[in-house]
Amino acid sequence: MPDWNKPLPTVVGETRAYWDACRRGQLLIQHCGQCGEYQFYPRGICAHCWTENPGWVAASGKGTVWTYTVTYQNRTPGFDQGPYVLALVELEEGVRMFSNIVECDPREVSIGMAVEVTFQRATDQISVPYFKPAG
Amino acid sequence: MATATRKRRLGRQVAIVGAGLSQFGAFPDKDSRDLFVEAFQDMIQTMDQPIDIDDIECAYVGNYSSDLFETQGHTAPIVADWLGMTPIPITRIENACASSGSALREGAMAIASGMYDVVLVGGMEKMTNLPTEGVTDVLASAADGLYEVPAGLTFPGIFGAIAKAHMDRYETSLDHLLKVGIKNHNNGALNPKAQFNVTIRDLMERRMARAEQRGQPVPEWQTELDFLNDDRANPWIAWPLRLYDCAPITDGASCILLVAADIAHNFTDRPVSLAGIGQASGKPLHDADELTSLSAAKEASRQAYEMAGITADDVDLAEVHDCFTIAEIVASEDLGFFAPGEGPRAVDEGRTALDGDRPINTSGGLKSKGHPVGASGVGQVVEIYHQLRGEAGERQAKKSKLEVGLTHNVGGTGGTCVVNVLRRE
Repeated sequence: MPDWNKPLPTVVGETRAYWDACRRGQLLIQHCGQCGEYQFYPRGICAHCWTENPGWVAASGKGTVWTYTVTYQNRTPGFDQGPYVLALVELEEGVRMFSNIVECDPREVSIGMAVEVTFQRATDQISVPYFKPAG
Repeated sequence: MATATRKRRLGRQVAIVGAGLSQFGAFPDKDSRDLFVEAFQDMIQTMDQPIDIDDIECAYVGNYSSDLFETQGHTAPIVADWLGMTPIPITRIENACASSGSALREGAMAIASGMYDVVLVGGMEKMTNLPTEGVTDVLASAADGLYEVPAGLTFPGIFGAIAKAHMDRYETSLDHLLKVGIKNHNNGALNPKAQFNVTIRDLMERRMARAEQRGQPVPEWQTELDFLNDDRANPWIAWPLRLYDCAPITDGASCILLVAADIAHNFTDRPVSLAGIGQASGKPLHDADELTSLSAAKEASRQAYEMAGITADDVDLAEVHDCFTIAEIVASEDLGFFAPGEGPRAVDEGRTALDGDRPINTSGGLKSKGHPVGASGVGQVVEIYHQLRGEAGERQAKKSKLEVGLTHNVGGTGGTCVVNVLRRE
Protein backbone atom coordinates (compact mmCIF):
# COMPACT_ATOMS: atom_id res chain seq x y z
CA MET A 1 0.00 0.00 0.00
CA PRO A 2 1.47 3.40 -0.91
CA ASP A 3 2.07 5.82 1.94
CA TRP A 4 -0.98 7.89 2.65
CA ASN A 5 -0.16 11.60 2.48
CA LYS A 6 -3.63 13.15 2.30
CA PRO A 7 -4.93 15.12 5.30
CA LEU A 8 -6.31 12.93 8.06
CA PRO A 9 -9.20 13.74 10.37
CA THR A 10 -8.46 14.40 14.03
CA VAL A 11 -10.82 11.94 15.66
CA VAL A 12 -12.62 13.45 18.63
CA GLY A 13 -14.95 11.81 21.13
CA GLU A 14 -18.30 12.34 19.47
CA THR A 15 -17.10 11.00 16.14
CA ARG A 16 -14.97 8.07 17.27
CA ALA A 17 -17.74 5.55 16.60
CA TYR A 18 -18.00 6.79 13.01
CA TRP A 19 -14.29 6.42 12.27
CA ASP A 20 -14.06 3.11 14.16
CA ALA A 21 -16.81 1.76 11.91
CA CYS A 22 -15.08 3.07 8.78
CA ARG A 23 -12.05 1.05 9.81
CA ARG A 24 -14.30 -2.04 9.90
CA GLY A 25 -15.71 -1.19 6.46
CA GLN A 26 -19.04 0.08 7.71
CA LEU A 27 -20.61 3.52 7.15
CA LEU A 28 -22.45 4.66 10.27
CA ILE A 29 -24.84 7.59 10.40
CA GLN A 30 -26.88 8.85 13.31
CA HIS A 31 -30.58 8.14 13.62
CA CYS A 32 -32.51 9.80 16.42
CA GLY A 33 -34.74 7.40 18.31
CA GLN A 34 -36.80 10.33 19.57
CA CYS A 35 -37.72 12.20 16.37
CA GLY A 36 -36.70 9.69 13.72
CA GLU A 37 -34.41 12.04 11.76
CA TYR A 38 -31.12 10.93 10.25
CA GLN A 39 -28.07 13.11 10.85
CA PHE A 40 -24.61 13.64 9.38
CA TYR A 41 -22.12 14.93 10.66
CA PRO A 42 -22.19 12.86 13.86
CA ARG A 43 -22.58 14.93 17.01
CA GLY A 44 -23.55 14.60 20.66
CA ILE A 45 -27.11 15.82 20.22
CA CYS A 46 -29.81 15.53 17.59
CA ALA A 47 -29.85 18.91 15.83
CA HIS A 48 -33.57 18.42 15.06
CA CYS A 49 -34.95 17.81 18.58
CA TRP A 50 -31.90 18.24 20.88
CA THR A 51 -32.15 14.70 22.23
CA GLU A 52 -28.80 13.67 23.67
CA ASN A 53 -26.76 10.85 22.19
CA PRO A 54 -28.79 10.00 19.09
CA GLY A 55 -28.29 6.37 18.09
CA TRP A 56 -26.23 4.97 15.25
CA VAL A 57 -27.38 2.88 12.29
CA ALA A 58 -25.40 1.33 9.49
CA ALA A 59 -26.13 3.10 6.21
CA SER A 60 -26.70 0.90 3.17
CA GLY A 61 -23.69 2.59 1.59
CA LYS A 62 -25.68 3.18 -1.58
CA GLY A 63 -26.49 6.62 -2.90
CA THR A 64 -26.49 9.00 -5.85
CA VAL A 65 -24.28 11.88 -6.97
CA TRP A 66 -26.01 15.12 -5.95
CA THR A 67 -23.41 17.32 -7.62
CA TYR A 68 -19.70 17.15 -8.35
CA THR A 69 -16.67 18.95 -9.66
CA VAL A 70 -13.44 17.76 -11.22
CA THR A 71 -10.75 19.46 -9.17
CA TYR A 72 -7.57 20.13 -11.17
CA GLN A 73 -5.73 22.45 -8.78
CA ASN A 74 -5.26 21.51 -5.15
CA ARG A 75 -1.74 21.74 -3.80
CA THR A 76 -2.64 19.90 -0.59
CA PRO A 77 -0.41 16.81 -0.35
CA GLY A 78 -2.19 13.76 -1.71
CA PHE A 79 -4.50 15.84 -3.89
CA ASP A 80 -1.80 17.32 -6.10
CA GLN A 81 -1.50 14.37 -8.49
CA GLY A 82 -3.97 15.34 -11.17
CA PRO A 83 -7.72 15.73 -11.39
CA TYR A 84 -10.06 14.01 -8.96
CA VAL A 85 -13.82 14.03 -8.60
CA LEU A 86 -15.07 15.87 -5.52
CA ALA A 87 -18.74 15.01 -5.13
CA LEU A 88 -21.66 15.50 -2.82
CA VAL A 89 -23.25 12.08 -2.45
CA GLU A 90 -26.81 11.66 -1.22
CA LEU A 91 -27.20 8.39 0.68
CA GLU A 92 -30.37 6.31 0.45
CA GLU A 93 -31.17 7.41 4.00
CA GLY A 94 -31.28 11.03 2.85
CA VAL A 95 -28.14 12.51 4.39
CA ARG A 96 -25.38 13.83 2.15
CA MET A 97 -21.62 13.83 2.41
CA PHE A 98 -18.64 15.27 0.56
CA SER A 99 -16.46 12.53 -0.83
CA ASN A 100 -14.57 11.48 -3.93
CA ILE A 101 -15.84 9.32 -6.77
CA VAL A 102 -13.13 6.75 -7.43
CA GLU A 103 -12.56 3.76 -9.69
CA CYS A 104 -13.98 5.51 -12.74
CA ASP A 105 -13.03 8.09 -15.37
CA PRO A 106 -14.08 11.60 -14.24
CA ARG A 107 -15.84 12.02 -17.59
CA GLU A 108 -18.19 9.17 -16.72
CA VAL A 109 -19.55 10.86 -13.61
CA SER A 110 -22.95 12.52 -13.83
CA ILE A 111 -25.51 14.02 -11.45
CA GLY A 112 -27.91 11.30 -10.34
CA MET A 113 -25.41 8.50 -10.99
CA ALA A 114 -25.77 5.51 -8.63
CA VAL A 115 -22.73 4.98 -6.40
CA GLU A 116 -21.73 2.81 -3.45
CA VAL A 117 -19.28 3.29 -0.63
CA THR A 118 -15.76 1.87 -0.70
CA PHE A 119 -13.13 2.33 2.00
CA GLN A 120 -9.47 3.17 1.51
CA ARG A 121 -7.14 2.35 4.39
CA ALA A 122 -5.02 5.36 5.28
CA THR A 123 -3.45 4.26 8.57
CA ASP A 124 -4.03 1.48 11.07
CA GLN A 125 -6.63 3.72 12.72
CA ILE A 126 -8.24 5.53 9.81
CA SER A 127 -10.01 4.32 6.70
CA VAL A 128 -11.60 7.00 4.51
CA PRO A 129 -14.98 6.43 2.83
CA TYR A 130 -15.12 7.09 -0.91
CA PHE A 131 -17.71 6.16 -3.51
CA LYS A 132 -17.48 4.19 -6.74
CA PRO A 133 -20.03 3.46 -9.46
CA ALA A 134 -22.63 1.01 -8.12
CA GLY A 135 -21.87 -2.50 -9.28
CA MET B 1 -41.14 30.41 16.83
CA ALA B 2 -42.59 33.87 16.50
CA THR B 3 -39.34 35.56 17.52
CA ALA B 4 -37.56 34.19 14.45
CA THR B 5 -39.66 36.24 12.06
CA ARG B 6 -40.52 39.25 14.21
CA LYS B 7 -40.18 42.45 12.22
CA ARG B 8 -36.97 44.12 13.32
CA ARG B 9 -35.89 47.72 13.28
CA LEU B 10 -32.93 49.74 14.47
CA GLY B 11 -33.59 51.64 17.69
CA ARG B 12 -32.03 54.71 16.05
CA GLN B 13 -31.38 55.39 12.40
CA VAL B 14 -27.79 55.14 11.19
CA ALA B 15 -26.08 57.04 8.36
CA ILE B 16 -22.77 56.69 6.53
CA VAL B 17 -20.83 59.94 6.22
CA GLY B 18 -17.39 58.81 5.03
CA ALA B 19 -15.82 55.91 3.13
CA GLY B 20 -12.27 54.90 2.34
CA LEU B 21 -10.39 52.13 0.60
CA SER B 22 -6.72 51.21 0.44
CA GLN B 23 -5.18 50.22 -2.84
CA PHE B 24 -6.03 46.54 -3.45
CA GLY B 25 -3.21 44.28 -4.63
CA ALA B 26 -0.05 42.60 -3.37
CA PHE B 27 2.07 44.81 -1.11
CA PRO B 28 5.12 43.11 0.41
CA ASP B 29 5.97 46.19 2.47
CA LYS B 30 2.60 46.56 4.20
CA ASP B 31 0.99 44.78 7.14
CA SER B 32 -2.74 44.73 7.65
CA ARG B 33 -2.45 47.63 10.10
CA ASP B 34 -0.69 49.73 7.44
CA LEU B 35 -3.41 48.89 4.94
CA PHE B 36 -6.07 49.93 7.43
CA VAL B 37 -4.33 53.25 8.00
CA GLU B 38 -4.26 53.77 4.24
CA ALA B 39 -8.02 53.16 4.01
CA PHE B 40 -8.62 55.50 6.95
CA GLN B 41 -6.55 58.25 5.36
CA ASP B 42 -8.50 57.83 2.12
CA MET B 43 -11.72 58.22 4.13
CA ILE B 44 -10.77 61.38 6.02
CA GLN B 45 -9.30 62.98 2.91
CA THR B 46 -12.52 62.47 0.95
CA MET B 47 -15.01 63.46 3.67
CA ASP B 48 -17.06 66.58 3.11
CA GLN B 49 -16.18 68.03 6.53
CA PRO B 50 -12.99 67.47 8.51
CA ILE B 51 -13.37 65.24 11.57
CA ASP B 52 -11.50 65.31 14.83
CA ILE B 53 -9.87 62.14 16.16
CA ASP B 54 -11.90 62.57 19.36
CA ASP B 55 -15.15 62.39 17.38
CA ILE B 56 -14.75 58.63 16.95
CA GLU B 57 -16.09 56.81 19.99
CA CYS B 58 -15.90 53.12 19.12
CA ALA B 59 -14.67 50.84 16.33
CA TYR B 60 -15.18 47.35 14.87
CA VAL B 61 -12.68 45.76 12.49
CA GLY B 62 -13.41 42.72 10.35
CA ASN B 63 -10.50 40.35 9.82
CA TYR B 64 -10.55 36.69 8.93
CA SER B 65 -7.14 35.47 9.98
CA SER B 66 -4.27 37.77 10.79
CA ASP B 67 -3.31 34.92 13.15
CA LEU B 68 -2.57 32.50 10.31
CA PHE B 69 -1.68 34.98 7.54
CA GLU B 70 0.59 37.22 9.64
CA THR B 71 1.11 35.26 12.88
CA GLN B 72 -0.52 38.19 14.64
CA GLY B 73 -3.51 37.89 16.93
CA HIS B 74 -5.39 40.60 18.85
CA THR B 75 -5.12 42.95 15.89
CA ALA B 76 -7.92 45.38 16.77
CA PRO B 77 -6.09 47.36 19.50
CA ILE B 78 -3.03 47.51 17.26
CA VAL B 79 -5.18 49.32 14.70
CA ALA B 80 -6.48 51.73 17.36
CA ASP B 81 -2.91 52.46 18.43
CA TRP B 82 -1.67 52.90 14.86
CA LEU B 83 -4.40 55.49 14.27
CA GLY B 84 -3.83 57.21 17.63
CA MET B 85 -7.36 56.35 18.72
CA THR B 86 -6.71 54.63 22.04
CA PRO B 87 -8.48 54.31 24.49
CA ILE B 88 -11.69 53.87 22.46
CA PRO B 89 -13.14 50.36 22.53
CA ILE B 90 -12.27 48.44 19.36
CA THR B 91 -13.21 44.85 18.59
CA ARG B 92 -12.16 42.44 15.89
CA ILE B 93 -14.98 40.51 14.22
CA GLU B 94 -14.36 37.22 12.42
CA ASN B 95 -16.92 35.68 10.08
CA ALA B 96 -14.62 34.41 7.31
CA CYS B 97 -15.12 36.47 4.11
CA ALA B 98 -18.11 38.23 5.73
CA SER B 99 -16.02 39.55 8.64
CA SER B 100 -16.35 43.24 7.83
CA GLY B 101 -20.00 42.86 6.80
CA SER B 102 -20.58 41.62 10.32
CA ALA B 103 -18.33 44.36 11.78
CA LEU B 104 -20.55 46.95 10.08
CA ARG B 105 -23.61 45.34 11.60
CA GLU B 106 -22.09 45.50 15.10
CA GLY B 107 -21.26 49.18 14.56
CA ALA B 108 -24.79 49.96 13.40
CA MET B 109 -26.24 48.23 16.45
CA ALA B 110 -23.83 50.10 18.76
CA ILE B 111 -25.30 53.36 17.45
CA ALA B 112 -28.86 52.06 17.37
CA SER B 113 -28.55 51.06 21.02
CA GLY B 114 -27.96 54.70 21.92
CA MET B 115 -24.55 53.97 23.42
CA TYR B 116 -22.48 55.71 20.72
CA ASP B 117 -23.04 58.40 18.07
CA VAL B 118 -19.93 57.97 15.90
CA VAL B 119 -18.48 54.54 15.13
CA LEU B 120 -15.70 53.53 12.73
CA VAL B 121 -16.15 50.15 11.04
CA GLY B 122 -13.93 48.48 8.51
CA GLY B 123 -11.96 45.44 7.54
CA MET B 124 -8.48 44.37 6.56
CA GLU B 125 -6.63 41.33 5.30
CA LYS B 126 -2.99 40.76 4.48
CA MET B 127 -2.91 37.55 2.43
CA THR B 128 0.12 37.60 0.15
CA ASN B 129 2.71 36.80 2.84
CA LEU B 130 2.06 33.13 2.26
CA PRO B 131 2.59 31.14 -0.93
CA THR B 132 -0.60 30.15 -2.77
CA GLU B 133 -0.77 26.70 -1.18
CA GLY B 134 -0.47 28.30 2.26
CA VAL B 135 -3.32 30.72 1.50
CA THR B 136 -5.40 27.81 0.21
CA ASP B 137 -4.81 25.94 3.48
CA VAL B 138 -5.84 28.97 5.56
CA LEU B 139 -8.98 29.46 3.49
CA ALA B 140 -9.76 25.75 3.63
CA SER B 141 -9.67 25.97 7.43
CA ALA B 142 -13.10 27.62 7.06
CA ALA B 143 -14.26 24.18 5.88
CA ASP B 144 -14.78 21.26 8.24
CA GLY B 145 -11.50 19.54 8.99
CA LEU B 146 -13.17 16.31 10.09
CA TYR B 147 -15.23 15.44 7.05
CA GLU B 148 -14.57 17.93 4.23
CA VAL B 149 -10.83 18.47 4.11
CA PRO B 150 -10.02 14.70 3.90
CA ALA B 151 -12.25 14.61 0.80
CA GLY B 152 -10.06 17.19 -0.92
CA LEU B 153 -12.52 20.01 -0.63
CA THR B 154 -11.31 23.42 -1.81
CA PHE B 155 -13.25 26.65 -2.23
CA PRO B 156 -13.06 26.47 -6.03
CA GLY B 157 -14.19 22.85 -5.65
CA ILE B 158 -17.26 23.82 -3.65
CA PHE B 159 -18.26 26.60 -6.01
CA GLY B 160 -17.47 24.31 -8.94
CA ALA B 161 -19.98 21.87 -7.48
CA ILE B 162 -22.52 24.69 -7.17
CA ALA B 163 -21.84 25.72 -10.79
CA LYS B 164 -22.36 22.14 -11.98
CA ALA B 165 -25.67 21.96 -10.11
CA HIS B 166 -26.81 25.27 -11.66
CA MET B 167 -25.83 24.07 -15.15
CA ASP B 168 -27.66 20.80 -14.58
CA ARG B 169 -30.86 22.45 -13.37
CA TYR B 170 -31.01 25.53 -15.63
CA GLU B 171 -29.74 26.70 -19.02
CA THR B 172 -26.49 27.95 -17.51
CA SER B 173 -23.38 27.49 -19.66
CA LEU B 174 -19.65 27.85 -19.19
CA ASP B 175 -19.79 31.03 -21.30
CA HIS B 176 -22.27 32.60 -18.88
CA LEU B 177 -19.72 32.21 -16.11
CA LEU B 178 -16.94 33.67 -18.23
CA LYS B 179 -19.12 36.64 -19.22
CA VAL B 180 -19.49 37.59 -15.55
CA GLY B 181 -15.70 37.80 -15.36
CA ILE B 182 -15.48 39.86 -18.56
CA LYS B 183 -18.08 42.30 -17.24
CA ASN B 184 -16.39 42.67 -13.86
CA HIS B 185 -12.99 43.24 -15.43
CA ASN B 186 -14.55 45.90 -17.69
CA ASN B 187 -15.67 47.68 -14.50
CA GLY B 188 -12.45 47.04 -12.60
CA ALA B 189 -10.47 48.56 -15.46
CA LEU B 190 -12.21 51.85 -14.56
CA ASN B 191 -11.40 51.51 -10.85
CA PRO B 192 -7.96 52.89 -9.95
CA LYS B 193 -8.04 50.98 -6.63
CA ALA B 194 -8.58 47.59 -8.32
CA GLN B 195 -5.96 44.83 -8.14
CA PHE B 196 -6.69 43.89 -11.76
CA ASN B 197 -7.26 47.31 -13.25
CA VAL B 198 -7.45 45.82 -16.72
CA THR B 199 -10.03 44.36 -19.14
CA ILE B 200 -9.93 40.75 -20.27
CA ARG B 201 -9.53 42.06 -23.83
CA ASP B 202 -6.39 43.98 -22.83
CA LEU B 203 -5.03 40.91 -21.04
CA MET B 204 -5.67 38.86 -24.18
CA GLU B 205 -4.02 41.40 -26.48
CA ARG B 206 -1.00 41.65 -24.18
CA ARG B 207 -0.57 37.87 -24.33
CA MET B 208 -0.76 37.96 -28.12
CA ALA B 209 1.73 40.84 -28.34
CA ARG B 210 4.12 39.04 -26.01
CA ALA B 211 3.96 35.88 -28.12
CA GLU B 212 4.70 37.91 -31.23
CA GLN B 213 7.66 39.69 -29.58
CA ARG B 214 9.14 36.36 -28.56
CA GLY B 215 8.69 34.90 -32.01
CA GLN B 216 6.24 32.32 -30.63
CA PRO B 217 3.07 31.26 -32.44
CA VAL B 218 0.45 33.97 -31.86
CA PRO B 219 -2.83 32.51 -30.55
CA GLU B 220 -5.77 33.06 -32.87
CA TRP B 221 -8.15 34.56 -30.33
CA GLN B 222 -10.78 36.85 -31.85
CA THR B 223 -12.90 37.50 -28.80
CA GLU B 224 -12.52 37.44 -25.04
CA LEU B 225 -14.49 34.19 -24.99
CA ASP B 226 -11.98 32.57 -27.39
CA PHE B 227 -9.22 33.55 -24.97
CA LEU B 228 -11.09 32.42 -21.86
CA ASN B 229 -12.07 29.08 -23.40
CA ASP B 230 -8.44 28.26 -24.21
CA ASP B 231 -7.21 25.64 -21.71
CA ARG B 232 -3.65 26.96 -21.85
CA ALA B 233 -4.54 30.62 -21.30
CA ASN B 234 -7.24 29.90 -18.75
CA PRO B 235 -6.62 26.51 -17.09
CA TRP B 236 -9.22 24.50 -15.20
CA ILE B 237 -9.11 24.94 -11.44
CA ALA B 238 -12.18 22.93 -10.48
CA TRP B 239 -14.27 22.10 -13.53
CA PRO B 240 -16.52 23.87 -14.51
CA LEU B 241 -14.49 26.76 -13.07
CA ARG B 242 -11.35 28.05 -14.71
CA LEU B 243 -8.67 30.41 -13.37
CA TYR B 244 -10.54 33.54 -14.53
CA ASP B 245 -13.67 32.38 -12.70
CA CYS B 246 -11.86 32.84 -9.36
CA ALA B 247 -11.25 35.98 -7.33
CA PRO B 248 -7.58 36.66 -6.61
CA ILE B 249 -5.53 36.63 -3.39
CA THR B 250 -5.35 40.24 -2.21
CA ASP B 251 -3.99 42.62 0.41
CA GLY B 252 -6.33 45.47 1.26
CA ALA B 253 -8.45 47.36 3.76
CA SER B 254 -11.68 49.33 3.85
CA CYS B 255 -13.50 51.57 6.31
CA ILE B 256 -16.58 53.73 6.68
CA LEU B 257 -17.78 56.16 9.33
CA LEU B 258 -21.21 55.45 10.82
CA VAL B 259 -23.08 58.14 12.74
CA ALA B 260 -26.50 58.55 14.30
CA ALA B 261 -28.71 59.85 11.48
CA ASP B 262 -29.81 62.89 13.48
CA ILE B 263 -26.25 64.26 13.53
CA ALA B 264 -25.28 63.19 10.00
CA HIS B 265 -25.58 66.74 8.69
CA ASN B 266 -22.72 67.81 10.97
CA PHE B 267 -20.51 65.71 8.69
CA THR B 268 -22.01 66.02 5.21
CA ASP B 269 -24.95 67.41 3.23
CA ARG B 270 -25.16 64.11 1.36
CA PRO B 271 -25.28 61.23 3.85
CA VAL B 272 -26.23 57.74 2.79
CA SER B 273 -28.57 56.01 5.19
CA LEU B 274 -28.28 52.41 6.30
CA ALA B 275 -31.93 51.67 5.53
CA GLY B 276 -31.87 47.94 6.13
CA ILE B 277 -29.47 45.37 7.56
CA GLY B 278 -29.78 41.60 7.55
CA GLN B 279 -27.58 38.73 8.56
CA ALA B 280 -28.26 35.01 8.58
CA SER B 281 -26.39 31.77 9.09
CA GLY B 282 -26.65 28.75 6.81
CA LYS B 283 -25.98 25.05 7.05
CA PRO B 284 -22.93 23.50 5.46
CA LEU B 285 -23.48 22.71 1.82
CA HIS B 286 -24.06 18.98 2.26
CA ASP B 287 -27.08 19.76 4.47
CA ALA B 288 -28.49 22.52 2.24
CA ASP B 289 -31.97 22.14 0.80
CA GLU B 290 -30.69 22.99 -2.66
CA LEU B 291 -27.36 23.73 -4.28
CA THR B 292 -28.38 26.48 -6.67
CA SER B 293 -29.07 28.98 -3.92
CA LEU B 294 -27.60 30.03 -0.57
CA SER B 295 -30.33 29.99 2.08
CA ALA B 296 -28.50 32.53 4.28
CA ALA B 297 -28.48 35.03 1.40
CA LYS B 298 -32.22 34.69 0.89
CA GLU B 299 -32.89 35.13 4.60
CA ALA B 300 -30.47 38.06 5.05
CA SER B 301 -31.98 39.88 2.08
CA ARG B 302 -35.50 39.23 3.34
CA GLN B 303 -34.53 40.88 6.64
CA ALA B 304 -32.82 43.84 4.95
CA TYR B 305 -35.70 44.46 2.52
CA GLU B 306 -38.24 44.27 5.32
CA MET B 307 -36.34 46.72 7.52
CA ALA B 308 -35.91 49.14 4.60
CA GLY B 309 -39.55 48.73 3.55
CA ILE B 310 -38.63 47.85 -0.03
CA THR B 311 -38.63 44.91 -2.41
CA ALA B 312 -35.87 43.63 -4.69
CA ASP B 313 -37.38 45.67 -7.55
CA ASP B 314 -36.55 48.90 -5.71
CA VAL B 315 -32.80 48.20 -5.69
CA ASP B 316 -31.00 50.31 -8.30
CA LEU B 317 -27.57 48.70 -8.11
CA ALA B 318 -25.66 46.17 -6.03
CA GLU B 319 -22.24 44.92 -5.03
CA VAL B 320 -22.45 41.15 -4.59
CA HIS B 321 -19.98 38.56 -3.35
CA ASP B 322 -18.47 37.21 -6.57
CA CYS B 323 -15.67 35.14 -5.00
CA PHE B 324 -16.34 32.97 -8.07
CA THR B 325 -18.28 33.93 -11.19
CA ILE B 326 -21.07 31.45 -10.42
CA ALA B 327 -21.49 33.13 -7.02
CA GLU B 328 -22.56 36.38 -8.70
CA ILE B 329 -25.20 34.58 -10.75
CA VAL B 330 -26.53 32.73 -7.70
CA ALA B 331 -26.51 35.99 -5.69
CA SER B 332 -28.50 37.85 -8.35
CA GLU B 333 -31.19 35.18 -8.03
CA ASP B 334 -31.08 34.82 -4.21
CA LEU B 335 -31.51 38.59 -3.86
CA GLY B 336 -34.63 38.45 -6.05
CA PHE B 337 -33.24 40.59 -8.87
CA PHE B 338 -33.95 37.76 -11.30
CA ALA B 339 -36.03 34.60 -10.98
CA PRO B 340 -34.19 31.35 -10.18
CA GLY B 341 -32.39 30.25 -13.33
CA GLU B 342 -32.77 33.67 -15.01
CA GLY B 343 -29.47 35.08 -13.74
CA PRO B 344 -27.45 33.81 -16.71
CA ARG B 345 -29.84 35.37 -19.22
CA ALA B 346 -29.55 38.73 -17.42
CA VAL B 347 -25.77 38.50 -17.91
CA ASP B 348 -26.27 37.70 -21.62
CA GLU B 349 -28.56 40.68 -22.05
CA GLY B 350 -26.13 43.06 -20.35
CA ARG B 351 -28.63 43.93 -17.64
CA THR B 352 -25.96 43.73 -14.92
CA ALA B 353 -23.36 45.78 -16.84
CA LEU B 354 -22.47 49.39 -16.02
CA ASP B 355 -25.07 50.64 -18.53
CA GLY B 356 -27.65 47.98 -17.66
CA ASP B 357 -30.89 48.40 -15.73
CA ARG B 358 -29.45 46.51 -12.70
CA PRO B 359 -25.70 47.18 -12.52
CA ILE B 360 -23.86 44.61 -10.40
CA ASN B 361 -20.30 45.02 -9.14
CA THR B 362 -19.54 48.40 -10.68
CA SER B 363 -16.31 48.35 -8.62
CA GLY B 364 -15.06 45.32 -10.55
CA GLY B 365 -16.30 43.04 -7.79
CA LEU B 366 -14.10 40.69 -5.84
CA LYS B 367 -13.06 39.21 -9.19
CA SER B 368 -11.28 42.28 -10.55
CA LYS B 369 -11.08 44.75 -7.67
CA GLY B 370 -9.64 41.97 -5.48
CA HIS B 371 -10.73 40.00 -2.42
CA PRO B 372 -8.83 40.78 0.79
CA VAL B 373 -11.35 38.61 2.57
CA GLY B 374 -11.84 40.50 5.84
CA ALA B 375 -12.08 43.84 4.00
CA SER B 376 -14.49 42.85 1.25
CA GLY B 377 -17.83 43.47 2.98
CA VAL B 378 -17.16 47.09 3.89
CA GLY B 379 -15.31 47.50 0.58
CA GLN B 380 -18.63 46.83 -1.14
CA VAL B 381 -20.30 49.52 0.97
CA VAL B 382 -17.57 52.00 0.02
CA GLU B 383 -18.46 51.48 -3.65
CA ILE B 384 -22.22 51.87 -3.14
CA TYR B 385 -21.62 55.01 -1.03
CA HIS B 386 -19.71 56.64 -3.87
CA GLN B 387 -22.18 55.46 -6.53
CA LEU B 388 -25.21 56.81 -4.66
CA ARG B 389 -23.42 60.14 -4.19
CA GLY B 390 -22.59 60.26 -7.91
CA GLU B 391 -18.85 60.36 -7.33
CA ALA B 392 -17.71 57.05 -8.85
CA GLY B 393 -16.01 58.77 -11.78
CA GLU B 394 -15.59 56.79 -14.98
CA ARG B 395 -17.38 53.78 -13.55
CA GLN B 396 -20.44 55.74 -12.39
CA ALA B 397 -23.51 53.61 -13.20
CA LYS B 398 -25.31 55.05 -16.20
CA LYS B 399 -28.96 54.67 -15.16
CA SER B 400 -30.78 57.88 -14.26
CA LYS B 401 -32.31 56.68 -10.98
CA LEU B 402 -29.71 55.81 -8.36
CA GLU B 403 -31.29 56.02 -4.93
CA VAL B 404 -31.13 52.55 -3.41
CA GLY B 405 -28.04 50.32 -3.37
CA LEU B 406 -27.41 46.90 -1.86
CA THR B 407 -24.40 44.93 -0.65
CA HIS B 408 -24.28 41.13 -0.35
CA ASN B 409 -21.34 39.65 1.58
CA VAL B 410 -20.90 35.90 2.06
CA GLY B 411 -18.73 34.06 4.57
CA GLY B 412 -17.49 30.57 3.75
CA THR B 413 -19.85 28.75 1.45
CA GLY B 414 -22.90 30.51 2.80
CA GLY B 415 -22.39 29.82 6.50
CA THR B 416 -22.81 33.58 6.92
CA CYS B 417 -24.46 36.17 4.71
CA VAL B 418 -24.79 39.89 5.41
CA VAL B 419 -27.02 42.09 3.25
CA ASN B 420 -27.27 45.87 3.60
CA VAL B 421 -29.67 48.27 1.91
CA LEU B 422 -28.30 51.80 1.50
CA ARG B 423 -30.37 54.79 0.50
CA ARG B 424 -29.31 58.23 -0.70
CA GLU B 425 -30.85 60.92 1.51
